[in-house]
Amino acid sequence: MISIQHYLLVSAAIFVLGLLTVATRRNALGILLGTELVLNAAALNMVIFGRYSNHMAEGSIYALFVIVLAAAEAAVALAVGLMIYRNFKTIDTVEVDDLKG
Amino acid sequence: MNTQFFIDYAWIIPLAPLVGFLINGIGTFLKLPYVRSKTVVHTIACGALLLSFIFAVGVFLHLSSLEPEARSITRYLYTWLQVGSLKADAAFLLDPLSSVMMLIITGVGFLIHVYSIGYMADDPSYSRFFTYLNLFCFAMLLLVMGDNLLMLFIGWEGVGLCSYLLIGFWFKEKANAQAGMKAFVVNRIGDFAFLLGMFLLFWTMYDYGHASVTFKEIGQHVGLIKDVEVGGWPVLVLVGILLFIGATGKSAQVPLYVWLPDAMAGPTPVSGLIHAATMVTAGIYMIGRLNFVYTLAPEALVVVATVGAVTALFAATIGFAQNDIKKVLAYSTVSQLGYMFLGMGTGAYAAGIFHLMTHAFFKACLFLGSGSVILGMHHEQDMRKMGGLKKYMPVTYWTFLLATIAIAGIFPFSGFFSKDEILWKAFEAGGHISSWYYVLWGLGIAGAMGTAFYMFRAVSMTFYGELGARAHEVPAEEASHGHDDDHGHHGHGDHTPHESPKTMTFALSVLALLSVVGGFLGIPYALGHFFHVPNFFEHWLEPVLNHGGGHHGGHHSVPPIEYGLMIFSVAIALTASYLGYLFYTKRQDLPKKFVAKFPKLHALALNKYYVDEIYQALVVNNLLRLNNFLSAFDAKVVDGAVNAVGSVVRVYSRVMGFWDATFVDGLVNGVAQLVRQLGRALRKTQTGRIQNYLYVAMLGVVILMIWRML
Repeated sequence: MISIQHYLLVSAAIFVLGLLTVATRRNALGILLGTELVLNAAALNMVIFGRYSNHMAEGSIYALFVIVLAAAEAAVALAVGLMIYRNFKTIDTVEVDDLKG
Repeated sequence: MNTQFFIDYAWIIPLAPLVGFLINGIGTFLKLPYVRSKTVVHTIACGALLLSFIFAVGVFLHLSSLEPEARSITRYLYTWLQVGSLKADAAFLLDPLSSVMMLIITGVGFLIHVYSIGYMADDPSYSRFFTYLNLFCFAMLLLVMGDNLLMLFIGWEGVGLCSYLLIGFWFKEKANAQAGMKAFVVNRIGDFAFLLGMFLLFWTMYDYGHASVTFKEIGQHVGLIKDVEVGGWPVLVLVGILLFIGATGKSAQVPLYVWLPDAMAGPTPVSGLIHAATMVTAGIYMIGRLNFVYTLAPEALVVVATVGAVTALFAATIGFAQNDIKKVLAYSTVSQLGYMFLGMGTGAYAAGIFHLMTHAFFKACLFLGSGSVILGMHHEQDMRKMGGLKKYMPVTYWTFLLATIAIAGIFPFSGFFSKDEILWKAFEAGGHISSWYYVLWGLGIAGAMGTAFYMFRAVSMTFYGELGARAHEVPAEEASHGHDDDHGHHGHGDHTPHESPKTMTFALSVLALLSVVGGFLGIPYALGHFFHVPNFFEHWLEPVLNHGGGHHGGHHSVPPIEYGLMIFSVAIALTASYLGYLFYTKRQDLPKKFVAKFPKLHALALNKYYVDEIYQALVVNNLLRLNNFLSAFDAKVVDGAVNAVGSVVRVYSRVMGFWDATFVDGLVNGVAQLVRQLGRALRKTQTGRIQNYLYVAMLGVVILMIWRML
């Protein structure tokens, strides 16, 4: 029998994988991918808790919000990434440190 | 002629010289063009005095038209100051005494102003001279016209100031400036006692309910305090002596006479006006004005008479050996002032004032004559370089001779009447008051002999013999510089003596005339009653001086001894005059033999008994020593204390400075350093790598999770 713990384990795994991707990747696109994973883990959690708490609709709606937000974020982040590339001829985040104090 | 007009406008008498002083003074001070014209300057100055003289004559005429008892008019101008019970008005007292003084001051003053036109003609400071001269006349008139002691004192100080200014008139020569200062300082000593006397009189009167400084009120109420004593002394005797000490300063009596001979550094008209005719007689006037005080203080009168008689003889003997013509006259003045004080001290106030007047005539004439000689000799004052001037300067010679006969006291010239009156009163007082007065009379007779001798010595040395015949007697070191009365214009070309200009001989002639006839105003009863001629002068002054004399009105019988003494003193004067003439014309060997026989005596008189040196040693040097001590005290103790306080404050502030720099600043800087170090450390965390921040955030999450689990 698949219980809530299994779902939560999956989502936690995805979250941690996303977080690690963000933390370790030097490529801006990789970081973007990591954030997508983190966001999707969060969306998954919304659905899971909605399903197990008789608030199916609310959970799904929040998940939808997160998906929309992720899409918007991806669009903006990709635009930023493009501009970074145009200016620095690289998307390596270590190289791009002009705002460093 | 309605003479009331002169009384109403009596204030013009002192005001006219004041206006003259202001016009010439302002012009001189601001270098306005009009003072460059000598005519303008001396017209203003002499005109002012002439106006004063006319009004003084008017006042005199008005007073003489009144009853004797009514001859005392106070012209109130305004209340000058009022403090508590002290009230002094600016008011003029017009009475016989002040009118005599006014006539002398304005009359002789006018003549000397006229004389100065000629004498000062070449002086570059012409307008300054007349400015001072007018100021002097103003102050002197204030002195004699004031109706209270305070106004007298203002005038007293004013004439002192003018005397100082005029003695030091040629101040570029240090000796002249020093002589001026000496006169001023010596006068201050007297003035100090004078002030004390005034205060003592005022406060004693105050204690008895009649505080006043007005002569009239003092005269009315002074009887109240005649038995009051202060410290065992009758207060009026103390007042009299203190005021008299003031008079010894102003009127050059022993021991404060030393400034007058030095005062000859001033221009000769000044010597004639201030240091012979007017200012130096202020002391005699003061005693005459306060005769009611002195009459109640017979002991003070004895002091006055004694000082006067001693001065009369003492100064006369110094006159024997002086070679500077003006110095002879200066000591002669000191001596004659002594006679006046002898007269005052005998209670014969009228005789003292009478001698004051005749002395003003003949001594002014002698001084102006000496000025004429000095000018004629091209600023030479040493009589040894003169001689034979009779033929070069006839007017000067004759006037000088007449004045000399007058001062020698030879009948019937003015000096005879006044001096003999004083001597007779002194002799009489020997019988009436105390036999001590016989001694004073003896001193007076000896002084009269001396006067006749040194005056004829001066005449002989100056006018007889041959010009420059005794120039070889001048020691070489003195001959080189000479006593220069003026400065700078020896370039007259010819060096023969010449007669002086008309302005000077005019003044000389008038004064000589007065010296001859002035005595007839005061013919003593002993002589006058033969011709039924009264003693005008004594009667005139009677309303003011009626307290004194003791025996006036008792002239009904004349003691034969009075005639004897008259003949005796004239004989003595004639003998001494003849000797003075003989010794310095035909028998010049006699005084030389005398000098050779008594060289010490001669040196004593020549060096004025070393009084100046004694004062220098006793007073001046001790004062200087005190000064040095005080200045050392100031430098060491006072400055030391100030410096010690300074050092303490400096050490304290250094400690405070150290505290401030170390601890206060340390704290402030420490805070700043801390912030800076912290900033430097924290800057390292701002790596600019986004992942680093993320690690920190993750670490935080982990810590929070562990926390929750614990």
